[in-house]
Amino acid sequence: MVNQKKNIKGTLISILCILVFMAAVAVLENLNLWVPASSLPKWLKPTSMLFTVLKKGAVYSLIAVSLNLLNGFTGLFSLGHAGFMLLGAYTYAILCTPSSVKDTVYYKYNGSSVNFSMQEFYQSFLGNETLSMILGVVTTMILAGLVAALFAFLIGLPVLRLKSDYLAIATLGFAEIVRALFQWEAPFWGRITNGANMIKGFPKFSDFNIENADGKVVFYMSTLFPFIVAAVCIAVMVLIIKSTYGRAFRAIRDDEIAAEAMGINLAKHKMMSFCTSAFFAGIGGVLYAMYSTTVQAKPFTSALTYELLLIVVIGGIGSVSGSCISSFLFVACSEWWLRFLDKETVIGGFKVPLLRDGFRMVVFSVVIMIIVLFFRKGIMGDKELPEVAGKIKNRIFRNGKKSKGEAEK
Amino acid sequence: MSTGKNILHVENVTMQIGGVVAVDNLTLDVNEGEIVALIGPNGAGKTTAFNAITGVYEPTNGAIDFLGKRMIENHPQGKMTKIYAGENNGVYKNTIVKTPDKITKLGIARTFQNIRLFKGMTVFENVLIAKHLHQTGNLLSATFRLNNKEEQQMRRETLELLEMQGLAHLKDELATSLPYGQQRRLEIARALATKPKLLLLDEPAAGMNPQETQELTAFIRQLRDEYDQTILVIEHHMDLIMDISDRIYVIDFGKLIATGDPAQIQADPKVIRAYLGGDDDAEN
Repeated sequence: MVNQKKNIKGTLISILCILVFMAAVAVLENLNLWVPASSLPKWLKPTSMLFTVLKKGAVYSLIAVSLNLLNGFTGLFSLGHAGFMLLGAYTYAILCTPSSVKDTVYYKYNGSSVNFSMQEFYQSFLGNETLSMILGVVTTMILAGLVAALFAFLIGLPVLRLKSDYLAIATLGFAEIVRALFQWEAPFWGRITNGANMIKGFPKFSDFNIENADGKVVFYMSTLFPFIVAAVCIAVMVLIIKSTYGRAFRAIRDDEIAAEAMGINLAKHKMMSFCTSAFFAGIGGVLYAMYSTTVQAKPFTSALTYELLLIVVIGGIGSVSGSCISSFLFVACSEWWLRFLDKETVIGGFKVPLLRDGFRMVVFSVVIMIIVLFFRKGIMGDKELPEVAGKIKNRIFRNGKKSKGEAEK
Repeated sequence: MSTGKNILHVENVTMQIGGVVAVDNLTLDVNEGEIVALIGPNGAGKTTAFNAITGVYEPTNGAIDFLGKRMIENHPQGKMTKIYAGENNGVYKNTIVKTPDKITKLGIARTFQNIRLFKGMTVFENVLIAKHLHQTGNLLSATFRLNNKEEQQMRRETLELLEMQGLAHLKDELATSLPYGQQRRLEIARALATKPKLLLLDEPAAGMNPQETQELTAFIRQLRDEYDQTILVIEHHMDLIMDISDRIYVIDFGKLIATGDPAQIQADPKVIRAYLGGDDDAEN
């Protein structure tokens, strides 16, 4: 049982690493409270792109891992994630926008049919405003996940009989249908979804900052909050992957016929994986709504799914940590580091060629092509971070460890 | 040894795929504690018969009983009603069809002619997978480790099985990195992990060298003698078949041509003709 002890040690180290990372995020975010703003470098100022990247990266990593659970671990090539995110985001927006705001938001339809919000529901018997907001948001998050999972179940009944590319096409179609439906301007339907207009006014990340009585922020939580939610959800997904059901999913990915001959009910397990993935995509949709502060059906196009798919491929299909790393890298590149490509730059009187608006996307596509052609396994392949770290450690300390490693074999 | 209790009863099974009758009116019995062999020349329909028993295909006509209960029954349906060429048309009225996973759950496990191990998994995980069907937890309880006791039990049993197979020292290796003979053994171990009442082996010695074949022969016999495992085996290695089988069924072009113990089969002129060719078969 040496193996199990090793496992427990590895798990503890991973949990510790994640906690340290989250503490670092919290410290970075709150640095401007403790240190005078003038002494901070530009990239640590509260308005810095760094925090946008961290927030969006956390949101994307949750959704990317949920997509990886389906594409990488169960081998179901689905492109419907934008649809599940949309369902989650709208559930959240409809249930969590305070009814006082709803009249102005739904002005085109003379107010909303859903005339309550989760926070108000909790406040009616709890009284405490902060507590009821947190409870309301958490309940709605779970509800949003359940709505997405329900739709996944319904769509999965016919669609999961398909394989590979056909499944991808069918799920892509589903996502587009959902998006079109939520842009529908019918009067009765518009009173719920606000047609193609945006819904806003629901709690966002900055509402989780801890304030004192004067309304002054004592502790910033706006970046930490998505990290906490994403970490909890990803932890649950990792638990699923490591459980006996996760093994069954991987068996289906590796060989459907053999998996079925081993007594694994294909339809049931595929459905489980599909619904679980949609559940977390729904929660990811809630976070996405909080991040963008408004909800509209427009951004949930197939382009969003492709972005997520790209993250999964870059990170390594079948690697949770790979998906997380690559979502931060991807968001940082697209929002921050590669921005200079979009600006016309003059160095010493010489105008750098090619740099102009839109060039970033050209570079991006070239990077994607290079990855798909030459680094098909992505950053991590199908390995996880502890495994890779162990290998690197062995390589660095090769001389000292070699004899011991051979003795173990 | 054989106690005479019937485990598997295949009754008049016909498998017709379009105009081709792959299995024609096959009837065979497997009793408890027996090793029964199904042999025949290439393309005789052996694997098709296996697939019909394990639910991969639905038989066109006929029935299969398992442990005295009707497991599969089917009759020509749809366009098959017109082109059905077998006998016994109209004998079977019900339609009982099961998917392979249900049949495995009932207690029939199989191996494959071309090895189908889970490529991305270790030896240990490959066998552990087969324990999944007997676990009682659901997705939630498994996720939050509420069934840890069961999981530990599964792991222990898997380890025992690997030790019995002599694969325990390889348990953390990737399944595909094993040599061919051991991959075969692993596949048998995986099938045994489902605790089958009947084990179907589809050409277990295919591609093995003589020494590996001998080891396999000893192992299959050990399964019967020490673990009372009932086995139905398809094989081309006649040495192996004649060595271990209690009874042999020979099929050719989907039809049963002979049954009996190894000595009877070896002397049967029909079998010799099917394998070596003869006057009657000249045009084939």
